Amino acid sequence: MAPLLEIKDLHAEISGGRKIIDGMNLSINPGEVHAIMGPNGAGKSTLSYVLSGKPGYEITGGEVIFRGVNLLELSPDERAAQGLFLCFQYPLEIPGVSNMAFLHTAVNSQRRKRGETELTSPELVRKVRELGQTLGINAEMLKRPVNVGFSGGEKKRNETLQMMLLEPYLCVLDEADSGLDIDALKVVSNGVNALRSPERSMLVITHYQRLLDYIVPDVVHVFAAGRIVHTGGKELALELEATGYAQYQNEAA
Amino acid sequence: MAAVQDTVEQVRSIDVDQYKYGFETQIESEKAPKGLSEEVIRFISAKKEEPEWMLQWRLDAYARWLTMQEPEWARVDYPAIDYQDLYYYSQPKQFKAPKSLDEVDPEILKTYEKLGIPLREQEILAGVEIPEGERPKIAVDAVFDSVSVATTFKEELKAAGVIFMPISEALREHPDLVKQYLGSVVPATDNYFATLNQAVFSDGSFVYIPPGVRCPMELSTYFRINEKNTGQFERTLIIADKGSYVSYLEGCTAPMRDENQLHAAVVELVVLDDAEIKYSTVQNWYPGDAEGKGGIYNFVTKRGDCRGKNSKISWTQVETGSAITWKYPSCVLRGEGSSGEFYSIAISNGRQQVDSGTKMIHLGKNTTSRIISKGISAGRSNNTYRGLVSAHRKAAGARNFTNCDSLLIGDNCGAHTVPYIEAKNPTAQFEHEATTSKISEDMLFYCMQRGLTQEDAVALVVNGFVRDVLQQLPMEFAVEAQKLISISLEGSVG
Repeated sequence: MAPLLEIKDLHAEISGGRKIIDGMNLSINPGEVHAIMGPNGAGKSTLSYVLSGKPGYEITGGEVIFRGVNLLELSPDERAAQGLFLCFQYPLEIPGVSNMAFLHTAVNSQRRKRGETELTSPELVRKVRELGQTLGINAEMLKRPVNVGFSGGEKKRNETLQMMLLEPYLCVLDEADSGLDIDALKVVSNGVNALRSPERSMLVITHYQRLLDYIVPDVVHVFAAGRIVHTGGKELALELEATGYAQYQNEAA
Repeated sequence: MAAVQDTVEQVRSIDVDQYKYGFETQIESEKAPKGLSEEVIRFISAKKEEPEWMLQWRLDAYARWLTMQEPEWARVDYPAIDYQDLYYYSQPKQFKAPKSLDEVDPEILKTYEKLGIPLREQEILAGVEIPEGERPKIAVDAVFDSVSVATTFKEELKAAGVIFMPISEALREHPDLVKQYLGSVVPATDNYFATLNQAVFSDGSFVYIPPGVRCPMELSTYFRINEKNTGQFERTLIIADKGSYVSYLEGCTAPMRDENQLHAAVVELVVLDDAEIKYSTVQNWYPGDAEGKGGIYNFVTKRGDCRGKNSKISWTQVETGSAITWKYPSCVLRGEGSSGEFYSIAISNGRQQVDSGTKMIHLGKNTTSRIISKGISAGRSNNTYRGLVSAHRKAAGARNFTNCDSLLIGDNCGAHTVPYIEAKNPTAQFEHEATTSKISEDMLFYCMQRGLTQEDAVALVVNGFVRDVLQQLPMEFAVEAQKLISISLEGSVG
């Protein structure tokens, strides 16, 4: 079986600045949930940005194959249409643009790029309402401007709603639990777990084990100094919780 | 909710990257001799078969204009205009005021068809899907170069008592009304461009809404400059008599030309007791090319006089065109309890220069005004909001709220805000809020990560930014305006 995502000897730096990703390798098969854990500042978020094509980073070596195509050659919107979704640690606010309109635009932009028929307004509204219900997102929240004045929990639920609606092949969750109380964490995790399927994979980036109690990974990687330094099963997360990252940081250095 | 979606879709469907309305109509025209002189003014007046007082009114303005200086205080920079190198009057050859649409030159009808402006009465502005029968009617006065070529729905309006016709015709049919109000809001002494307009204005629309009448449809004037080296100097006069209401729309385009063209219009609004005028503009004159060659010089004086108690004027403008914009739609709040509103979206891209804003002059007691201005600068453009809010000694209880937001796209443009605030009455309450922000790369990336192209992302963010103002436009125009906004910002990023 071909991996869904394959990262080979990836090197990346902040444009005109410091090297962040330094010879990283990672292979994710369809249906697998991988967790990437590591200390703050190890470059975990950078990895999510490099995968999704955020401007301001330069790839200095290696390649990333996603669903058989060279991901690094695609623009961010093409990567999204190809099925890559990034759940933002800090979702952006877009004043004056209603949540529903944003969802509509996003879904149909992707469908258009893939040559699929676009959803009509009633189809979309029905779907969004159904999904919203499972996340405790009501009609009022769908009318409000995207993320403006949302609490931390509302923002993450909103990210989850977008993810469920867009049905990506790979969900990259960047610190999905930051800013969440335990109830919100459960809601978001349930949403993510509902999306688990034999075709869909997840890359869960976190530095706390807590999230992995709810989104149970198949594989856990330790990420330090720009690459994966250790890989294990889900029990590795518990070990890390007990021992910390210090030993791996030394290893990497 | 569909609004933003529509924008994105419509932008896609439109042939972008160029000024869509830049075509030229091949039609023979008859012009006044080049340059400005007493003879030319007499020529124009004679063409219009004007009464003697009107000619005298023009000549007085001309004499005054000769003594005046072109204003230099605005933040715009352009080479000196040679006023002798322009034509001041141009009309399609063999032009006779048409009695019905069948008499209008087919070339001209085609022009308006191409522009999406309906002169056939069963049509409406393009762009909105509304079931037959529920379509709002819009009466149109189409001004082509110096003359009005068609006015629609005249009969239906007449039945309601509404007068809507070219001002030249109104001079013949309703001379007393015209004489009573013309120049009563913007006098000959007002400013250089308004005085020039008074001397040479060719046509424009005249509207009178009788007491207690709510105008049964939107009225609109569509201005088109076609002829080369020709200035357009139209004059619009709208009177809302006691307790009446009218919503009026104005749109403008011009062919793409290398030379600059001058547009110096005057709009006067008079509102009596308990009446209201809502005046909306979508201005899309040719802005010049990317290097700043060509484009319209738009020097416009628009002013409304809230003469009666509890009268109201609301200006809404979407300014995307012109090489230079110099325009300050204003309200004189004379009547007790009268109110003025100004909602503006001004977009500049390429080398465009915009200096626009409003004046709210509080004269009467308990007068209120509200200003919402959204300026968007991209490319190498400069965009200035210039506004005056003043309360005179007798304006007890005057209130104003002003909100001026500027959005910058890219590193080579400028946004400037120049508010003047004067309160001569101690009970006046003025509030002023202003923000300047840059369209953030993070925000665009967020949208792109969800599947939007960069241009769609810009359009989405900008439409969100201007939403408060777009909501003020009548729906048909709001759709038009959204298209325009997106097109104007083509290529503004990356």
